Amino acid sequence: MKIEFYGLVKQFDDDRVILKSIDFCDDIHTLAIIGPSGGGKSTLLRIIGGLILPTAGEIYVDGEKVSADENELQKYRKNIGYVFQQGGLFRHMTAIENITVPLIKVHGYSKEQAEERAGELLGRFGLLEEGHKRPAALSGGQQQRVAIARAIAAKPKMLLLDEPTSALDPEYTTEVLDIIHELKQQGIDFIIVTHEMGFARHACDKVAFLCDGQLMEYGESSRLFNQPETEQFRTFLGKLLEWNV
Amino acid sequence: MKQLFVLDDKKRTSPIKVLLNVLLVCILLVAVFWLSLSAINVTFDFSFLGNFQVRIWQGFLMTVFLSLASLILSLIVGVLSAVGQNSKILFFRYLCNIYVGFIRGTPLIMQIYLFFYIVGTAWGIENRFIAGVIILSVFEGAYIAEIIRGSLLSIDDSQLEAAKAVGFTKMQTTRYVILPQLVARTLPALTGQFASIIKDSSLLSMIAVIELTQTMREISATTFKLFECYLFLGILYLCLTLPISFISKRLEGAFNYEN
Ligand SMILES: Nc1ncnc2c1ncn2[C@@H]1O[C@H](COP(=O)(O)OP(=O)(O)O)[C@@H](O)[C@H]1O
Ligand SMILES: [Mg+2]
Repeated sequence: MKIEFYGLVKQFDDDRVILKSIDFCDDIHTLAIIGPSGGGKSTLLRIIGGLILPTAGEIYVDGEKVSADENELQKYRKNIGYVFQQGGLFRHMTAIENITVPLIKVHGYSKEQAEERAGELLGRFGLLEEGHKRPAALSGGQQQRVAIARAIAAKPKMLLLDEPTSALDPEYTTEVLDIIHELKQQGIDFIIVTHEMGFARHACDKVAFLCDGQLMEYGESSRLFNQPETEQFRTFLGKLLEWNV
Repeated sequence: MKQLFVLDDKKRTSPIKVLLNVLLVCILLVAVFWLSLSAINVTFDFSFLGNFQVRIWQGFLMTVFLSLASLILSLIVGVLSAVGQNSKILFFRYLCNIYVGFIRGTPLIMQIYLFFYIVGTAWGIENRFIAGVIILSVFEGAYIAEIIRGSLLSIDDSQLEAAKAVGFTKMQTTRYVILPQLVARTLPALTGQFASIIKDSSLLSMIAVIELTQTMREISATTFKLFECYLFLGILYLCLTLPISFISKRLEGAFNYEN
């Protein structure tokens, strides 16, 4: 999937500039966005997902400009799957309803088709027993697996994941990362914001290092981790490694 | 022995235990009542109530209808005010804020006298039932507005963002996310508010709406059976409010999807 940004700027109401003119152009399949907290990673992902508008600049996905018009954006969002750090599931719906309701109401599936698709995905993600539970009755790892199932249910062009494992206990992290890795093998394109450096390095083709609202480094993951170019990236990696076993 | 009287960690308290302790409470209450009343030489005699069957029944129905009509009208007032309080148009915002603040900050009985003067005299609404419903709805509407506003506030941004992300339109977000969560959060409290409406409607006896309280007041004035009349009145109100409180509790359980 080809992604392009030109002069992307985001400034919130309080006048702080969160993204400082980002330019980017590449054909990507799996991309990890990494960087220190508050660097603007979530903001960038929200803009790519059409959830918020940039203050200035343009985005193109597969050569098509992402519009600023709400109706156009709503159509655009239909083709994108989004997984949030936490709390992204509808609390009043069961796991199955979380998947079927958007399929029926947004994508025009019949009830039977939607239920079949939900059952298929829940089965694949080891959640068959959990289908009729509401999010509050699921573990964090199960919630995130349902969220991923919902995000890919309508076969989106691209999947966006914003720190899908950050709110999880360590033992649940692997089960979620395994699923995302599986999606890669099925050829689903995704962009993931993550602090799991092992995953960024080994499971994602490309890595972008976002710091202070700027795209400081970008490239093949194998190269980037072996030869960090900027001081900031070296410092960032050094901090992460400090307490490693 | 002690085990019979204290709550233990088990999910269900055994029926024998419940019965025993409820019985103790009843004995205490009856004893207090009985001693107090016998101190002033009152003996109970409810037989006279049979003579007033029709009037009591009419008063009872009047209270039910008053409360139902007020429930509907106050829901409308409450929803509109809650929306108004969140409005971007400052005029509506301040209007609704002032309305809710005034009503919640002053006693109902003062409002009844004041509004009856306005609604009844200035607007010329002679029908006491209609006047009563309007006054009661204006009062309860402010409380309902607060209930709804609170639930609106408690709907998480994450839920709205998720609704956007799955591709819902604004309408679909309202229909499939906001409304169900709003209903789940407000229904138990709204049911409770209905019990309040029933009780508060008794104050309309002040403007001579012949509802249950007014009926009993009149009966007690002619028979001089004050205690019997008001005790019976209390029981009649409980017949209405206890089932509602029960339903409210059940709804709370049924809609509690947070844990
Ligand atoms: N809706 C918002 N309004 C104001 N400031 C925001 C908003 N969203 C994010 N920010 C600010 O933008 C900065 C970057 O946030 P974010 O994109 O979440 O960073 P990251 O995901 O890299 O930790 C933070 O300082 C945050 O406080
Ligand atoms: Mg973030």
